[in-house]
Amino acid sequence: MATITVDGKEIEIGDNERLNVIQAADRAGVSIPFYCWHPGLSVVASCRMCLVETGTKNKETGEISMVPKLVPACQTPAKDGTVVVTNSPKVKANQNFVQEGILLDHPVDCPICDQAGECWLQDYYFEFGHQERRADIHPFTSKRRELGPHVSLFADRCVMCSRCVRFTREVSGEGELMVIDRGSHAEIDVFPGFPIDNKMSGNVNDICPVGALCSTDFLYEQRVWFLEAQNSVCTKCSTGCATQMHVNQNQLYRIQPRFNPNANDWWMCDAGRYENQFVTAPERLDGVVIRRNNAWEPLDWPHAIREVYNHVADVALNHGGSHLAVVLSPFLSCEEAYLLASYAVSILSDVTLVVGKIPVVGHDEKFKSGFTIRAEKCPNRRGVEEIVKHFGKQPLDWDGMLAKIATGEIKGAYVTGGYGDPWIDDAEAAKFEHLESLVVQDILPSPLARRAKLVLPGVTAFEKDGSYVNHAGLIQSASWGLRPHGGAHVDGQTFSDLLGRRGIYNAADVLKELAAKVPFFARCTDGVPPAGLNLVTGQEKHPLTTELGTVTHPTPTFRSEGSRMLEVETPTR
Amino acid sequence: MQPDDKSIKWVREPQLGIAGRMYLTPLFDGLATTAKHFFSTVKGDGFTRQFPEERPEFGNPLIYRGVHRLNKDDEGRVKCVACFLCATACPAHCIDIVGTEAPWKDREKYPQSFVIDELRCIFCGMCEEACPVDAIELTSLFDLTGASREEMIFDKEKLLSVYDMTVEAEPMKSKSMAEAAGQPAGKGH
Ligand code: SF4
Ligand code: SF4
Ligand code: SF4
Ligand code: SF4
Ligand code: FES
Repeated sequence: MATITVDGKEIEIGDNERLNVIQAADRAGVSIPFYCWHPGLSVVASCRMCLVETGTKNKETGEISMVPKLVPACQTPAKDGTVVVTNSPKVKANQNFVQEGILLDHPVDCPICDQAGECWLQDYYFEFGHQERRADIHPFTSKRRELGPHVSLFADRCVMCSRCVRFTREVSGEGELMVIDRGSHAEIDVFPGFPIDNKMSGNVNDICPVGALCSTDFLYEQRVWFLEAQNSVCTKCSTGCATQMHVNQNQLYRIQPRFNPNANDWWMCDAGRYENQFVTAPERLDGVVIRRNNAWEPLDWPHAIREVYNHVADVALNHGGSHLAVVLSPFLSCEEAYLLASYAVSILSDVTLVVGKIPVVGHDEKFKSGFTIRAEKCPNRRGVEEIVKHFGKQPLDWDGMLAKIATGEIKGAYVTGGYGDPWIDDAEAAKFEHLESLVVQDILPSPLARRAKLVLPGVTAFEKDGSYVNHAGLIQSASWGLRPHGGAHVDGQTFSDLLGRRGIYNAADVLKELAAKVPFFARCTDGVPPAGLNLVTGQEKHPLTTELGTVTHPTPTFRSEGSRMLEVETPTR
Repeated sequence: MQPDDKSIKWVREPQLGIAGRMYLTPLFDGLATTAKHFFSTVKGDGFTRQFPEERPEFGNPLIYRGVHRLNKDDEGRVKCVACFLCATACPAHCIDIVGTEAPWKDREKYPQSFVIDELRCIFCGMCEEACPVDAIELTSLFDLTGASREEMIFDKEKLLSVYDMTVEAEPMKSKSMAEAAGQPAGKGH
């Protein structure tokens, strides 16, 4: 154990934790302001905001010898005996001057700056700022310049922390961004003709502590203080990045990564962040329809539930359970997959359970930091497979089922979808044509839904509670942030109704039940913590609560509990 | 505390007498007020106004809180920069703004749409207080009428037209107030 003294308070940190003074002080409940340091990037110690007084305490004599100069906390390792002083007049004066220096040529156009409300410069100004303006420079109107498809630069607002530059060099690895010119003329830019268009480019908007880099997609859409955050999990690939969805008045405004050392660290890819148009697509299925006399007729939910039974159970009861295929989509949450599997085996125990089609696009893409965008474009293959394995007498995969349909062995199917992208083509859907009955539950119309006898609308991950198991066996929970689209029901509710359970579907209760029934999920008995649980290795990192939250404000990483920055109301439902 | 506690003082409702029970006294009290006003009006002390022919006067129209207007800048463009601060401050949640990039070189953001539900507004003036560029102001127009709810939802054009209507009589407050204080009108900021 190493003992560190921060402002007179002694704390202990583990021997091989390798913390810097900012992190160590954070453990002691003292927050040191910083701009250029980011836990996921290399240390440059260029902003000078974090300067503190340090020294060493002699273990035997208890004598403290201080370093005469201020040192950057971000660059100073916290070792046994390190003494840190963050509240001396010298430190305060430095913070004050750094703030004044930045504000000398800062436009302070907060009213039209998208960062306002989550701007580090704004917040630090109140805490450490120099309250009066001594130089009278009133230059600028910030004009926007696009550096790439998702990244807008307002050069005047930049504080030259170089986080963005380091990100493109160290994390995404493409190195598009650079600092041009020197001194007070320094500016962030790209080389002409080489925009920042890597697949993780959106992250630079998050890590920019001020409004210099703004997301073009979110630009001027909404002021951040109107947004309500919900923890979510990205469903775009099987990495399962921990995310936060930001919603106002039932409209999804933006998605940001949430720190999770077990899945995505501080980052997420642009596909997960920006390609969510399917959620509000006008063609979303929004009511139950049934095919009668070759025409679609709308149906209400209570009748729909009965019709599902008529359609699928009849096949099983007339021909035997194995002739009915119930397809569990890898977009279903574990709770939902469990309910649907329970329903299927409650009809007849030998009903064929099928793992839905696994969409695979290209190859895994690994970035310099190790962040990987996976080729497997679904969130929950692992979870669904485990449930199918547990409940199914002869579990099948999608191709196996297609083969059995071709031989006529399977006579009816209940297919769940939920894919955000087109997932089945006409030729494949045609194979289902001669089935006696076909019930499709999906979010978007598809060639398969067109051939169904009964179509039930489902919802996206943004509209439901549920847990997903990523490629590595990490289970993470997501909360709903949007109400179900139109007349759609949360899939879990539909399955719960099919099982004849009363009341409203509650994912947390179902997860408990699942943990008790299926050994693979046994660790989820008490729910899933924000950083998830690895169900395969049984081991994962659990960052301190202060390290969670998004990379950006309102809960910047490593803000200590009790610091002013954390006093942000997290909306509860 | 017990009901027989010494510190409790019991009072009884006063009993009405005969006149009281016939409600004559209050009746005559009321008639007396009516008569007083009748005679004073006949005498012509201006107690009653012939609204709307005769308009009331305000002490200071600059601090009156009536219908909103959206001010224009020197080039006649809407002054608002779509910062949403008025919408944030508004306790009645009646301001709805859609911001977008400005089409002008010297300005970055402007309101594509700016709507105030005048029926929902409580005319508190918080929006005016919040605005960093003095773009929204409450005028002294108070007799606001409309035949439907929709008509009372003012959009950007209507709010700008209120500016045109009132700017003569009520110059922009940032200017008029500065002049009143004997300072040259600043450019904002
Ligand atoms: S970067 Fe921060 S301080 Fe600067 S204009 Fe934007 S919100 Fe204001
Ligand atoms: S653009 Fe933002 S992240 Fe990049 S150097 Fe400037 S302030 Fe830092
Ligand atoms: S006067 Fe008050 S209630 Fe009316 S729009 Fe302004 S802030 Fe809202
Ligand atoms: S506060 Fe002023 S500038 Fe901001 S949106 Fe309202 S009217 Fe426009
Ligand atoms: S955070 Fe330490 S110098 Fe910038």
